[in-house]
Amino acid sequence: MPRRERRSVVALERVGPYSLLRLDRGGLDPGAPGQFFMLEAPQRLLPRALSLCLAPPGELAFLIDPVGPGTEALCALERGASIHVFGPLGNGFRLDVRRPLLVGGGIGMAPLPYLAEALRFPPAVLGFRSAAHAEAAALMPDAEVAIEPTFVTELIDTAHDVLACGPEPMLRAVGVLCPGAQLAWEAPMACGFGACYGCAVEIDGELKRLCVDGPVLELPQAREQVAAA
Amino acid sequence: MRLLNASGCLDALTAPDVARSLDGFVTKTITPLPREGNPPVRIAETAHGMLNAIGLANPGRERFLRETLPRLRELDVPLWVSVGGFCAQDYADTCAALDGIEAIELNLSCPNVDEAADSAAEIVAACRAATPLPLYAKLSAAHPDVAEVARAVAAAGADGLSLINTLRGMALDRRTLLPSLARATGGLSGPGLKPIALAAVHACHAATQLPIVGMGGVMTGRDALELVACGARDVALGTVLFADPEAPSRVRGELARAVEAVGVAQADDVYARAHSAEKTLEIESKVVA
Repeated sequence: MPRRERRSVVALERVGPYSLLRLDRGGLDPGAPGQFFMLEAPQRLLPRALSLCLAPPGELAFLIDPVGPGTEALCALERGASIHVFGPLGNGFRLDVRRPLLVGGGIGMAPLPYLAEALRFPPAVLGFRSAAHAEAAALMPDAEVAIEPTFVTELIDTAHDVLACGPEPMLRAVGVLCPGAQLAWEAPMACGFGACYGCAVEIDGELKRLCVDGPVLELPQAREQVAAA
Repeated sequence: MRLLNASGCLDALTAPDVARSLDGFVTKTITPLPREGNPPVRIAETAHGMLNAIGLANPGRERFLRETLPRLRELDVPLWVSVGGFCAQDYADTCAALDGIEAIELNLSCPNVDEAADSAAEIVAACRAATPLPLYAKLSAAHPDVAEVARAVAAAGADGLSLINTLRGMALDRRTLLPSLARATGGLSGPGLKPIALAAVHACHAATQLPIVGMGGVMTGRDALELVACGARDVALGTVLFADPEAPSRVRGELARAVEAVGVAQADDVYARAHSAEKTLEIESKVVA
């Protein structure tokens, strides 16, 4: 069940250009891999939606790319500071897969370390735009890594059940390669619990909100979404 | 003073506990036909608020009446239905189809769709003829003289006013300098709106004396109390619900302390107090004259 609690910062670790924000877990449930939390961004009006990266004992850890004022504020938090955390929210990955392959692109690798644990460390492929970004692969030491101009899609063995998270062009390419893939999408969200309709997309002729109907969607739906976008 | 949500800022079916923590739930605006809304990106944060360009996404009147409204009734929360359209008849037809709810809010001011060709007063008059339910006209503070619109809708039969809706604004992407929203512009909400909301509620109370649901940038109990002091009978929470789904109980707690701090027993005791200074000044000036 989602809860909203004020949690304190245990540590903030640099991982290449990203930051791993480790929070005291308190009474929050880490949820299923692919689910997300809304994290209060200091001095900002709206919280930021972040999928859980790792769930060490007593902690929740989030991998953050400082791309705007909210994520920058989160990456500037100091140990001991506290923020409101609300979650877990949305629908995560289905874990009943026979031959899982995890596919991540850039900051889209965020939910994969926790997913890898849940699936007992299946093979994984990660793509990054630079060697500096690829330092984040340290969170998944067994993963195969592609750095542009090599694309992660070149490393995919399509005989696997693919679970992917990354930028939309990557998800689109994965979807074409691997029908039935589980794809974790991203969209701007103000609330994370179905109130704002900011993350709504049309799927199968229906309005779906990624926060309550996703963020993980399977390919037939995802293809509709790409067409609609 | 009742605490409501601003239309479009809560889905009672996905967050029933939040809806039950309010004194009434106001639906997202219902139009005669289903609307998918605007393409993404639909929201953007700004320095003192947020922009949205959802575009009245809703299942349409028939499906709302058949599927959504019965489920909302099960929540046992007083229901306000927000009604939208593109001509007076659109609004009136939906009003005629509604019953067994607390009130109807007529959305006369969405900044994200083309406005109805008919005037606010024409729409209210058509709806007045279509329903005995309480009709609240939701007006925009973007009008040069919102009090004039308030007087017109009062004369046309509105029972109350909802003030204010979002104001059209724009944000640019920090890298590309292109509009952050796919539609380019959206409705600005959040704390930056509060002074505008206070002024609109103040002006419309003075102009009409109609009951007003005040909204616009309410983040705290003190903000709610200030709207009441300007002439709001009830207060609605909007953007704050996105950031804090527990805002209703927090705002109530803060309101109790704010009420105590100004030395009254309850929020209603400061109703329209912001007008008394003017009246005092008027009396003083008459005495001097």
